Amino acid sequence: MTSTKSRVLPLNKRGLNFEMLMWLFTRLSALAIYGLILVAVIGALIMGARNQMSFADILRWGFMPNSSHVQSIPLENADAWATPFWKVTASLLLLVAVAHGVHGLVVIVDDYITSARGRNIVRIFSIIMMISMMLMGLYILWTM
Amino acid sequence: MGLKRNVPLGTGLRYQGRGGQLSFVLHRIGGIGMAIFVTMHIVASFFGGDIGAFLNNIYENWFFQIFVFFSALFHAINGLRITLLDLWPKLWEHQQEAIWLQWAVFIPIFGIAAYAIISSALGG
Repeated sequence: MTSTKSRVLPLNKRGLNFEMLMWLFTRLSALAIYGLILVAVIGALIMGARNQMSFADILRWGFMPNSSHVQSIPLENADAWATPFWKVTASLLLLVAVAHGVHGLVVIVDDYITSARGRNIVRIFSIIMMISMMLMGLYILWTM
Repeated sequence: MGLKRNVPLGTGLRYQGRGGQLSFVLHRIGGIGMAIFVTMHIVASFFGGDIGAFLNNIYENWFFQIFVFFSALFHAINGLRITLLDLWPKLWEHQQEAIWLQWAVFIPIFGIAAYAIISSALGG
């Protein structure tokens, strides 16, 4: 394999537009998702999940740390998860992950739908999907 | 806009993109897989009842669980590689090594999880 030297453009030669900002958002939201999952798993371990949790339970907890999601898990203190802190953490994970995911789907669909009109329809549909997923998720997190 | 790519599927499949192309394809499959799972899960939790039970049966199937775990783990590890290399673009020269490292992390974690899921599904 021939190695190619990487090319780094200076800032003033790079374009700054919506697509570029979403490219950056995809990377930064990925880092945020890793951080939020790590916080949730550490929180589970601090709150007495060290002995009772299986691998599947840790995954369920890491991906959505709210009390209704983990009520099937035997816990020393399940009420500790119903605090506003964990509801806010779960809400942040939901909002960041849905935005990251819906944008990812738009990127994939753009490779197959290339007409201007088709892409506009895809964008309108994706915004509707993103908002409805966020509202349904928030409703579940704050009322159940 | 109006981009035209007259590349037939066969030519596309014969494209020799090596490890990077395989990661690209699996990253997309994983992203779509997680989007399907999360959408089903939110809809099932929101509506409950018959719709919820119907969707629950699908994603509690062990075959679907292995697919979702593959999606999440591969997307997470490959995404971490892309993020780190993109934030420090000079590291792209070591892309091939990064892909080997990524598989070295992925295979043992996925293997253990798949073994656990299958053995509990078969009643072991």
